[in-house]
Order: sequence, then structure tokens, then C-alpha cells
Amino acid sequence: MVGVVSYGAYVPLHALSRELIAKAWDFPPVPGSKSVAGADEDSVTMAVEASMDCLAGLEPSEIDGVFFATTTPPYAEKMNAPTIAWALDVRRDVMTVDFTGSIRAGTTALIAAYNTIRSGAARRILVAAADCRIPEPESMYEFQFGDGAAAVLVGEEAAAKIVDYYTVSDEFVGPWRKSRDAWVREFEARHDVIYGYGRNALDALTGLMAKTGVKPEDVAKLVLYAPEPRSHVTVAQMLGFKPEQLQDTLFFLLGVTGAPHPLIMLASALEVAKPGDRIIVAGVGDGGDAILLEVGEGAGEVNRAHRRGVRGHLETMKPLKNYDDYIKFRNLLGKQRFSRKTSTVTYWRDRKEILPLKGVKCRSCGTVQYPIVRVCYECGSKDSFDEVRLAKRGKVFTFTLDHLVGGEYYATPVPRVVVELEGGGRVFVEMTDCNPEEVKVGMPVELALRIIHESEGFYHYYWKARPVREKK
Amino acid sequence: MRGSIRDKVAIIGVGCTKFGELWEKDMEDLLVDASYEAFKDAGIEPRDVDAIWCGIFYYFTGLAGVAAAEPLKLYGKPVTRVENFCASGMDAFRNACFAVASGAYDIVMACGVEKLMDQGSRGLPGLTEFGHPFYGQVSAPGMFAMAATRCFHEYGWTKEDLALVAVKNHYNGVAHPKAHFRRQVTVEEVLKAPMIAWPLGRYDCCAMSDGAAAVIITRPEIAKQYRDDYVLVKGVGLAVETVYPFFKPSFDYLGFPATQKAAQEAYKEAGIENPRREVDFAEVHDCFTITELLNYQDLGFCERGEGATLIREGVTSIEGELPVNPSGGLKCFGHPIGATGCRMIYETTKQLQGRADGRQVEDAEIGLTHNLGGPASVASVVVLGRR
Repeated sequence: MVGVVSYGAYVPLHALSRELIAKAWDFPPVPGSKSVAGADEDSVTMAVEASMDCLAGLEPSEIDGVFFATTTPPYAEKMNAPTIAWALDVRRDVMTVDFTGSIRAGTTALIAAYNTIRSGAARRILVAAADCRIPEPESMYEFQFGDGAAAVLVGEEAAAKIVDYYTVSDEFVGPWRKSRDAWVREFEARHDVIYGYGRNALDALTGLMAKTGVKPEDVAKLVLYAPEPRSHVTVAQMLGFKPEQLQDTLFFLLGVTGAPHPLIMLASALEVAKPGDRIIVAGVGDGGDAILLEVGEGAGEVNRAHRRGVRGHLETMKPLKNYDDYIKFRNLLGKQRFSRKTSTVTYWRDRKEILPLKGVKCRSCGTVQYPIVRVCYECGSKDSFDEVRLAKRGKVFTFTLDHLVGGEYYATPVPRVVVELEGGGRVFVEMTDCNPEEVKVGMPVELALRIIHESEGFYHYYWKARPVREKK
Repeated sequence: MRGSIRDKVAIIGVGCTKFGELWEKDMEDLLVDASYEAFKDAGIEPRDVDAIWCGIFYYFTGLAGVAAAEPLKLYGKPVTRVENFCASGMDAFRNACFAVASGAYDIVMACGVEKLMDQGSRGLPGLTEFGHPFYGQVSAPGMFAMAATRCFHEYGWTKEDLALVAVKNHYNGVAHPKAHFRRQVTVEEVLKAPMIAWPLGRYDCCAMSDGAAAVIITRPEIAKQYRDDYVLVKGVGLAVETVYPFFKPSFDYLGFPATQKAAQEAYKEAGIENPRREVDFAEVHDCFTITELLNYQDLGFCERGEGATLIREGVTSIEGELPVNPSGGLKCFGHPIGATGCRMIYETTKQLQGRADGRQVEDAEIGLTHNLGGPASVASVVVLGRR
């Protein structure tokens, strides 16, 4: 019974109201808001967040593959999935694949994982989908695009089994972005919606229902996103679904997040699903995917796991105060950042400490320490350690709010904190997603993978601390 | 049992440039100015110098022994560059002392120089591989600010306590013609200054300065030929601790073990058992106001947790029981990294010789110098005394 073993989601902390975008460009007001990734986030960091949410309480070493779905891979050459796999501390003998080029990549990766497991080539595959599409300022896409991620652990002993799927491919110059383009473009939006989106969604869903014999009334939820607030309703009606069967597209909270969107909506649906529910999830773009799932008795178990999910993220978002912050987050002014001396060689050599945050525990005195050392900080024993994966939660031991960054004076300081991690080990990291004034000694924090800088032209991913994201 | 340097080395000449933003001088000018002042003070010719140890921190100030040999055109002699973070200058002096005490050389120069203003950096310029994720990317004030945060939390010290250090050192520095700043500040001014790395504001931080200092040493029996009021080295200590205090599970940020250990070593050599009573004045490494308060404790001037009490009670003011930083300290005199250790020796020598015009500590017999480097990773303590 191959299907969804677990799932998770990630939505960035900040929401930008569409009213602020409209105000910036003197447009009439538009309802809702969209999620906006921070300046230190990209599709890889968000995929790691969603994956951690998905794997809460599960052992990463049992994963046999990491499939990353995105239209915004940070690297065009150099695979991105391994960064996610390393950050999660997945084994070395696993399959890593980037699925990209279409916002349908999320469901395509899910189908690929399903088929791989059914073939017997793997037992568990993590599908992580994330996008951070940068819309052209003063365009309709600026109102539409939001940022987010979702992750689905596919495997045997599924809480929601995948019954079957159906796929169509299409040659369609709809929204597109050439490898050298900065922005996504369109030629004729109405044509894109009717044919690029509507026709492919219909074909995929019709095909699935014909193949499985499932009728609209057999389905608890239809998970179908739309590029704007309405067109999924039209498609659903043409197929005979009732409006209450439609899963909320989250358009007014997140916008359209791209490749992860169907999986974010699926996670939302699973959060409230009951045993026996049938769910159809569709992904559209350059064709269409439709997948039929059936929720088993284990759904309750999965839902009880410690995870934030979509709901936990939506409940804890904060509004951006103005459009200027958004411009800064996306670095739309192209401001040159400082470059620090660095090396791909040392980044590679220390990758075990940088990405899965490995430390050591001294066999003589028991002290957990970081990074991996040869001689114990406390008792001086040499090469007598066990490697440990450090916890991603802890408390602030001490901190400073640093205004001097890379030889420049910043008006808003960067909080830098020494964190005592649960179970031992101290790290010295930046604090993100917080107002510097909230930082206090003893404050509980959690670690999140972020981009710390791009010196020498490569992304330096490392952990940052942030206030525990919970409903106050 | 290891030997002691006590009374084996004599200082016969000192020199120091003005510290500050010296736009019109390069590193060579600074070293020439400081060295020739020291030569003149000792009554020697440049060629009389047998060997040189020169403290320089940054690669852009100078590399290798040529950094000191080239400006002085002193070729054919053993010249060594010493780099030990902000304690580079005093470590150059320490190495020079051993060279003289061993009898290998008769007259040796220890010097230090730094040219910071050419780099266009707000705060100290970055280091090699500062981009590596582990290094924390923190600024120098940020590193020490984390100690202040801990002391506020544990001891209840406040920003006002820190401000008192700045006020005292600026008061002292006014009298020194070579100090970077010669201006008094008030507690209110210090508290209102822009934040640099919370809780440290602008006046909690020493200045970025250019400068150089030089010291000529020999053995006491030779010193007599040059002057009567030579100053004797009583004890020398240096200790290196972790450069990653933030990783060390037991590091409490309430003091710096490097200073404690360097002081113990120097006191042992100098025969000092009660530093509070036996040290007459001290030039300590007040890179930041919090550092000076912790130095009081680490140097044994008071118990742990009492650093702020000393400043509140005026114990360390120039009229106090144990004046600290009568020169104005790094805070007001300036801090050209590699130069500072030798500048402290310069100042302490002048005090012990009664030549500290306008800032003279009365009846000073024993003076202490303390140089600290890195995130409190290396400390050097030198005790000097009148012959």
C-alpha cells in the first residue's frame, strides 16, 4: 500500500497584503495577501523547512531518495536536492533528483516517487517541493506569486494510499521564463487560463476518473489550485463537483506558490481528513497530473505527530509593514552585497557540520560539542568521540545586536546568538525572522537552514536561530 | 622548575607616534617615527640594534620580518614579525625579552605598528575565510558585547557601569599629547551614542587608529651605560585560550581565562601575591568598556562579580587607589592593533620614570601592562618596575 506516510509544509513568516502592492503602483485595491520569503530564504531552504516538518519524529536514515520539485532551483547547474538531503542527514546511498521546469513539478515528483517505490527500487522517498518565484514589479504576477513549500514522505505503510494517477503532457507556451530571463512572462492571460490551465486540468482529471471509475460524489476533496481565485471552480463544475468538495486554494493567504502549491493544498486537506476519505490532487502546467488518494486508518496517527503543517504556519504569519520591506527581501534594487573570503573546498570539507549540524560526544567526559573536533574542549581526550546529530532547538545563552556587518554600519542590527542546544552543544548563529528587540537571554529558539551569504558566487547555507514559531 | 625573567631585562628607550587617523602617513612612516624616537631616547644608533621583533596583526599592514627591516633599512639582521591577534605588540616584546635574557643579543628592539585607516572599513576589516559559516561573522565589538550581555544577566551590571569606564578613560586621555582623542565625555553622552553592537555603543568601543610604538631593551648591566632610570622587567606571562569561546560548552562569558592565566604567570615571576596592593597602576586592554571591568577581576584587582564596584567607587581613577589606564587606554588613546602592546610598555616606562607629564601617577614603583587579543583568545601580562 504505497502512499503518503507523512507530510509537512512551510510558509514563510511574512505576508504582504495586496493592498500595499496596489498602493505602491497606484492600482485599485486587491483583496488578500501573499506569502513572502525572507531575504535569506530560497526554494532549497524552504524545502528543508517543509521536510523537517514532514519528518518530525521520523528517522531520516530510513529515507531512500529525495526528490526536489521547483521552478526556481538556486543552482541551474549543480543539483539542489543533495543540499536538502544533507541538511536532513539522509544516507549517502540514496537517489536525489531535481524536478524542475514546470509548476507541475510537485505532482510529477510525487508520481515518480510512487512509481519508484512500486518498482521496488526504494522503500521511502521524500518529495520536497518549494518555489520562490520573483515576479516582475508592477505586474499582475506580483499580486499572484507567493512563496512556500511542502513535503510528502512516500512509502509503504501509508496513511493515505495512492490508488492511481493519470498524466497528460502538453506543448504550450503559457507563462514561461527562459533561462536568461529575470521574470516569468505571458502573452495572452485568458488563453493561458482556458487552454494551458483549464484544458489540461480537465484532461488529467477526466482521465483519472475514467481510469479508476471514481465519480465526483465518491470524492471528499478535490485539491485543484488555480492561477486566480475562480478558474478551478469552473473546471470542477464542468466535471460535476460541488463547490464544498473543493479544497481552499489559499489564494487569499498565500497567492500561488508554484510547484509546491498542490502539495501544500494536499497537506491542508490531510490535516482534517478522515479514514476512508478519497482525495484527488491535481497539478497543472505543461500538461496535467491527477492523483487519487484514499485515507486509511493511520491518518489519525500521522496527524497527531508533532508538526506545524499548513495550519500552524498560517496561524503564525506576520504582515509586512510596507512594500519597501518586500523590495528589500527580494533584493529588487540589486544592491551589491559584501563578499567575504571563502572557499568551496572548506565548505565541502566541513559539510557534515554545516548542513546536518553534526557534532561529537566525548567518550571520556560525555560533553557534547560542536563542531567536530579532534581533541575534547573539556577533558582533552583525543579522537575519542561519537558523532551526534545536534538538536535544532535550544535556548539563547548570550547574544549581541551587531550593527557592523561586513565592514559596513547597518541601521538595523543583526542579532547574533550563542545557543545552547537541547541535548548539548553550542552553536553561534545569526537570528532571523525576529525583531532584534525581542532577543533575550534564555529565550527558546529553533534552528532553520538559511542562506548566510553568497561570497565567491556560491550559496553558503547554514543554520540560523529564530523565535519558536507558535501561536501567541 | 622553570626560570624567571625577573630583573634580567632592562628598558632603555621608548618611542610612540601619535595615535589616530593618520591619513598622511603610511606604515613605514609610523615605524620610522616610533623607532627613531626610541633610538634617541635610548641614546643609541639604529645600527646598534642586534635584532628586532615587530608585532603586526593585519597582512595589509605588513608581512614577515621585512615589514620592520625595510622602513629602517636595517638589513642583515634577524627580524621577526609576530602575529598574535591584538596582543601581537606585547608578544613581540616578550619574545625580545627572552632573546636579551638568553644573552644571544645585547640590544634588541620590540616594536608594533598597524595601519587600519587605509582599508575603508567600518569596524575592523574581515579576516581570511571569514565567510566560513562557523566563524560567526560577528564584529569585534559584538564578540565582547556577548560578555556584557552575560554580565548584565548574572551580575546585574548596567550600561551606566560601562559608561563610567569610558568617562574615566576619556578624562585621562585628555592629558596625553599622543592620544587619539583628547576630549572628555559624560555618562549621558556615552549612553546616548549610537549603538554599535548591543549593549555596546560608540563610546563603549575603542577607536580604529593608526600608530606605532617601539621599545629598546638590553640586560641591566649594559643598561647602566645608557641611563640610570632604566626600567626592569619583573614578570612576563602569556596564555592562549580558545578562539571559539562560543563553542566551548563551559565558557561562561564572565571573564577571560587567558588573562587570568597570563597574570598568574607574570605575578609568580614578579613575586606579586596581592596585586590590588602591590601594583601601583595598570595599563589594561580596554578594547571595550566591558573588557576593562572584566580585566579588573581577571587580573586579581577584585573578586569575580565586583568589576563594576571598582569603577563605581573610583578605585581605578587616576587619583584612586589603583589607577587603571592613566594614558586613556585603548578607549581614548586609540588601538592600532599591533602597536598597542608596545604603546603600553612605552606608557608604563614613562610613568615609572616619572616622565608622564600631566598624567603622572604618584610614587609609582610597579606598573602592570595587559594586552588581550582575539575573542579573548590570547592575553599577555608584563609587570615592570623601577630599578
